[in-house]
Amino acid sequence: MTDIKPRTINYMQAVAEALILEMRRDPDIYIAGEDVGKFGGSFGVTGPVYKEFGATRVLDTPISETAIIGTAVGAAAAGLRPVVEILFVDFLPIAGDELFNQAAKIHYMFGGQVDCPIVVRTAMGAGIGAAAHHSQSLEALVCHIPGLITIAPATPYDAKGLLIAAIRDNNPVVFLEHKLLYAAKGEVPEGDYVIPIGKADVKREGADVTLICYSAMVRQCLASAEALAAEGISAEVLDLRTLVPLDKEAILASVRKTGRAVIVHEACQTGGFGGEIAAVIADQAFGSLKAPVKRVAGPDTPVPFSPALEAEFIVNAEKITAAVKALFAE
Amino acid sequence: MGSVGEQVGSAGLIELYRCMVRIRSFEEHAHKTFLKGGMPGFLHLYSGEEAIAAGVMDVLAPDDYIVTSHRGHGHLLARGGDPKRMFAELYGRVDGYCRGKGGSMHIADMGHGMLGANGIVGAAVNIGTGAAFACKYRGDRRVSVAFFGDGSTNRGTFHEALNLAAIWELPAIYILENNHYGVANPQSDHTKLKDLADRAAAYGFPGVVVDGNDVLAVRAAAAEAVERARQGGGPTLIEAKTWRHWGHFIGDSAKYRDPVEHQSWLDRDPIPAFGKVLVAKGVATEAELQAIGEEVEAEMDAAIEYGRQSPFPDVSELTMDVYVGDPQGTSAGGRS
Ligand SMILES: Cc1ncc(C[n+]2csc(CCOP(=O)(O)OP(=O)(O)O)c2C)c(N)n1
Ligand SMILES: [Mg+2]
Repeated sequence: MTDIKPRTINYMQAVAEALILEMRRDPDIYIAGEDVGKFGGSFGVTGPVYKEFGATRVLDTPISETAIIGTAVGAAAAGLRPVVEILFVDFLPIAGDELFNQAAKIHYMFGGQVDCPIVVRTAMGAGIGAAAHHSQSLEALVCHIPGLITIAPATPYDAKGLLIAAIRDNNPVVFLEHKLLYAAKGEVPEGDYVIPIGKADVKREGADVTLICYSAMVRQCLASAEALAAEGISAEVLDLRTLVPLDKEAILASVRKTGRAVIVHEACQTGGFGGEIAAVIADQAFGSLKAPVKRVAGPDTPVPFSPALEAEFIVNAEKITAAVKALFAE
Repeated sequence: MGSVGEQVGSAGLIELYRCMVRIRSFEEHAHKTFLKGGMPGFLHLYSGEEAIAAGVMDVLAPDDYIVTSHRGHGHLLARGGDPKRMFAELYGRVDGYCRGKGGSMHIADMGHGMLGANGIVGAAVNIGTGAAFACKYRGDRRVSVAFFGDGSTNRGTFHEALNLAAIWELPAIYILENNHYGVANPQSDHTKLKDLADRAAAYGFPGVVVDGNDVLAVRAAAAEAVERARQGGGPTLIEAKTWRHWGHFIGDSAKYRDPVEHQSWLDRDPIPAFGKVLVAKGVATEAELQAIGEEVEAEMDAAIEYGRQSPFPDVSELTMDVYVGDPQGTSAGGRS
């Protein structure tokens, strides 16, 4: 073997690469969204895709979220594979009917006659001073609707492999990209590869406690695990990667091993996806638990604008570490 | 430019001028500070579009309602908002109109009937329509004015709101600030219409096009629409054609615009254009206009400094005002 240099790219480039590779492979894939074409995307994700495929396959839409997802449903039913962009997840509810009532249900409702292979890419999360309408984490809403797949990758490698999987899957997928991760770097192979939907990944092995997380919180959990190690606590970091379908086996295996679970998400706690994970553990790993299952989640508030309050809103490594230590103090 | 002074009077004309200068100065103070890294978040500047806010607000009564978009500083300022509290909000400080929780995109002042700027494009259209419904329901002869951009008119919510306003004959005035772009998407790509005021025909009420860089033309169109609404004559859509001097938000270089077209609009900057009219008609001298500029500069220097000095909200405010009062069983409460 000669020295093949591992290639490092960022999360945004990884997403673009997945789009390009899949569009080369399958002419039925098109992209639609606001300023995704000529402008290159408001976060800059789709610029390279437009460069290669132009306006026939990368379509700039008016400010019409309802039509972006609504037409994707019809186009998918008619045989295309739409990969559409909703700039911020906060705008997803604008197309609530199209996503929750149409995309999610037509396969089931019509007795399996028609598939709805659409991917909705959207940016989630706080941390850029964008206030209440541009900072939410709404994955729990999506996870609650049967028929939708929800993916929230944390690394460039996972983003690329999971987006390729999402595009190839015949179900509607909501693909959540965290805006704070766009610049995150990591090693990513050049060609195409698939990361299976519904498979969690142990990002760090540990023996005393499992930190269950996804999206931007994986980084925070890794940082916390590092801090905990210095205090003699060995934390395993389990990155769910896909929320629905949930990799219950991976959760249970890890919790049975460590005996403790701390679930971490940025989204507000009440009605958050962490409650579902906790229920799975309580139901199927109760006998292995050495401590109560804990959640470290956002407070039940909108995301405030003021940097002083936004910093307080966001879950970070310190808060996770404190929660874990409290578990061992109990 | 219409019959200067006929309805407005010299003092009123000078106030219109001052209003535009204050908005420009506010925006450029924010602009400079933001570029130096001194302000968080996003800022969408109204520079270049001042004639619209100034002209419309001049014909409203103190108890009328307004509601606006993400580009809302100018509307609040023209409505009588205090620049000190506005800058404090832009800085995320506790003396801001929203105690720092809203920021530029959500600045709101119920004291002036200003139902908020909004982060969701098009949201103002239905909110303004709802306030107009409240006015009609109570029979108090108030009106409600919604400000929004050209791009917003492509949202479904726009259609639903205007149709409802039509059939309910609401005292609603829709001010469509057509700066010809929704972010980088030009009007020619987002609609087949040349005049977006034509959309009013679909709802069966008047749609009017005005030069949005001519404060008196805007004022005249708004006066007619407001009068009709107060008399029970129903809604009006006013399309004010204009141009933003800067990018969509600070940081957008707006390279997607044609430099020649951009320059032609800069040459029609509403403020110097109106200043020239005032001088030509003998309403003010160059020196008097210059003095206004200096006064306003000093006012905004002080206002931005007030904002900068204001403290951040205490972290306990994070969970305050999620609800009114403190509903039992919630972890986040209201103000006691
Ligand atoms: C529902 C929704 N979609 C998209 C956006 C992102 N966005 C913010 S401003 C804007 C353009 C708005 O254009 P226009 O209505 O013409 O107002 P202008 O910015 O030109 O004043 C877009 C697309 C948003 N905030 N809300
Ligand atoms: Mg516009």
